[in-house]
Amino acid sequence: MNGDALIQAASAIGAGLAMIAGIGAGIGQGFAAGKGAEAVGKQPEAQGVIVRTMLLGAAVAETTGIYGLVIALILLFANPFV
Amino acid sequence: MDFFSKLIDKMLFNSPNIEEFAPQVMFHIPENGLTKALQIANAPVKSTVTTTWILIVVLGLFSWWATRDLKEEPEAGSVQNVIEALVDSMQGLVRNTMGPGMQKFTPYIGTLMIYLTISNLIGLVPGRDILHLYTPTADLNTTFALAAITFFCIHYFGIKSKGIGTYFKDYFEPMPFMFPLNVIGNLADPMSLAFRLFGNMLGGGVVIMGLLYSVVALGIPGIADLYFTVFAGVLQAFIFTMLTMTYISMEME
Repeated sequence: MNGDALIQAASAIGAGLAMIAGIGAGIGQGFAAGKGAEAVGKQPEAQGVIVRTMLLGAAVAETTGIYGLVIALILLFANPFV
Repeated sequence: MDFFSKLIDKMLFNSPNIEEFAPQVMFHIPENGLTKALQIANAPVKSTVTTTWILIVVLGLFSWWATRDLKEEPEAGSVQNVIEALVDSMQGLVRNTMGPGMQKFTPYIGTLMIYLTISNLIGLVPGRDILHLYTPTADLNTTFALAAITFFCIHYFGIKSKGIGTYFKDYFEPMPFMFPLNVIGNLADPMSLAFRLFGNMLGGGVVIMGLLYSVVALGIPGIADLYFTVFAGVLQAFIFTMLTMTYISMEME
């Protein structure tokens, strides 16, 4: 096995490892959705505002997952080490 | 099963083609005295930029067409009626999110909303490979430019409304040694704004849809497009504008 193949294999594994960041985003979004459902249960008349706030919070919680995705995409498609 | 074996083939055994997911180079800036002085001679102009030009022309022509011969009382369902409803909802959004007395931000926020929504939905245009259209927001340069405008707005209007003394004093709140953390926090806001939009549009709209389209061209990509392009695109445009409004109004308080 030459050096290039080793770097490519390590990059692929690294891209997979980077996507572990998705766990945090998933937990955060699930938490936001759960709290949103709870709030709609308590105050059905405020559903519009609750859904808007929930989507905003979920998207902000997603940010760390997106950072992981950016790293994985860089490793797969624009690898600086090859 | 055939679909999955093709997908696995595409993703694992064929090395991914970078050209497929990157904007194409359309032309190079010609070399002459002016471009040499600005040090941009022979710089490549990519399809992201040309798509943005097309969007500017389309939106400009549409605005000209929609505001031609305005009437005092437009008919129900006419173009003017629809556009007035759109402008009204923008004003309502700014008023609800930023508070009263912030109506001067409506043009910027409205432009951001319309531009981001349209550019995130470029992936739906049929024949975009032939027309060389590429989602402008899936390029870090576009999102960072927009985040830079927001960053400038945050601090310019922050200084303007609080005064320069209070503005710098806020860096040392609540404790003086928090200064470095506050600076990093202020710089991280536009960074996260830019990376969030870029990552979502590149990951969802371009890479996943590109892989799906290259495996199967009928049916499944249409359903996936509903989520990855339409839902995520409109949501991310909304979030970018909402966060811009929140950052500006927070700094001005």
